[in-house]
Amino acid sequence: MITTDILIIGAGPTGLFTVFEAGLLKLKCHLIDALPQPGGQCSEIYPKKPIYDIPAYPEILAGDLTKKLLEQSKQFKPGFTLGERAETIEKQVDGSFIVTTNKGSKHHAPVVAIAGGLGSFEPRKPALDQLSDFEDKGIAYMIKDPEVYRNKRVVIAGGGDSALDWSIFLSDVASEVTLIHRRTEFRGALDSVEKVQELKNKGKINLITPAEVTALFGNDHLEAIEVTQTGEVAQRIETDAFIPLFGLSPKLGPIANWGLEIEKNAIKVNNALDYQTNIPGIFAIGDVNTYPGKLKLILCGFHEATLMCQAAYKIINPGKRFVLKYTTVSGIDGFDGTRKEAPKSVVKSID
Amino acid sequence: MSSDINIKITDRLGVTHQIEAPTDMALNLMEVIRMYELAPEGTIGICGGMAMCASCQCYIESTHELSDQSDDEEAMLSEAFHVKPNSRLGCQIQITPKLEGLEVRLAPEE
Repeated sequence: MITTDILIIGAGPTGLFTVFEAGLLKLKCHLIDALPQPGGQCSEIYPKKPIYDIPAYPEILAGDLTKKLLEQSKQFKPGFTLGERAETIEKQVDGSFIVTTNKGSKHHAPVVAIAGGLGSFEPRKPALDQLSDFEDKGIAYMIKDPEVYRNKRVVIAGGGDSALDWSIFLSDVASEVTLIHRRTEFRGALDSVEKVQELKNKGKINLITPAEVTALFGNDHLEAIEVTQTGEVAQRIETDAFIPLFGLSPKLGPIANWGLEIEKNAIKVNNALDYQTNIPGIFAIGDVNTYPGKLKLILCGFHEATLMCQAAYKIINPGKRFVLKYTTVSGIDGFDGTRKEAPKSVVKSID
Repeated sequence: MSSDINIKITDRLGVTHQIEAPTDMALNLMEVIRMYELAPEGTIGICGGMAMCASCQCYIESTHELSDQSDDEEAMLSEAFHVKPNSRLGCQIQITPKLEGLEVRLAPEE
């Protein structure tokens, strides 16, 4: 069981900045994110795109913003549970919460801050009959351990980097690799595209384009797929595995079942005060929340995180008085023993 | 209001809306659909308009000549579902006076 002061769900910009603001109040944070790396959309969808409305940065790449936020909160030693999705929440008799992920990791905290953006990123699934019947029985949407495909026949569908890269990798592992894409053009790093071309010429990758998987066959386990090439008769390919790699799309997911008030696919909060949800102790900040006049901007998430931390402080330290301190005046004491402070001005007479 | 154009948008429930879209606000079609709330928030324009998701996919049902697809849009549509020959990403269609009378239908949610 991981214990912390504020459990943050979502390691995007708002979640990361919460660590800093909480740290100033001597509150420790732990973050859960379904993605394998911090940064949320900024690292998953558009790391190389510029953002122009972060105060004091005329221009900053989304990936660099993530790096800077991690650096800013580093001395407050946040914990991370990455690659796991927050699944259930249980309120304890003392008012604290236990959040369990899809992999069974348990987290205990008096305050939960949902900074989940658009939700957790889930694989995009093709619309095929019986798709769910074969999930984990021949169909997988991500490859965790390529060894399970050793000496197996594998069909991959998709036209992006992951489809290309896994086709290349599995051509050395699997007994047979078929890559199916709706177009003849692939969107990926140039050397990956060239490598697939080379492996296709050598007969190590069976490339079928422009084509789509149109049906699945099997009893308990997937046994074959039907592929339809544009303008051709459908053909059947015997296979042990089918891996559709069509990217990720965000879904609000299990959070939608936590008993929180939801409106317009977002969590309703009290914006007059502290961004608390209808469940005391659970807050929602950043793109995941909604209130009258809400704007889904990173800079608004920062503000919401800051006010939320004040409310968290009061829950965690009931009755304790509080006065706002400025970092320029007080400096920053990290949980790692470091101290940052303004250099003392020199007082010296001039003759 | 001379700068407004008339657009016919059929939402995902099949209801057709006749709306007026301003041409002087640098809007794209996805933003117009959000402006009129013709699809619930969170189901359209998820990537914000970078052609990085297909949540604003629509079918162009009139014969207007549209701007060419960028490489990004083409690549995204090649991976999207429910794609038809007249599919476009709404976020890549700028609202200009030339689009007077445009008719579009929103593609199903993925």
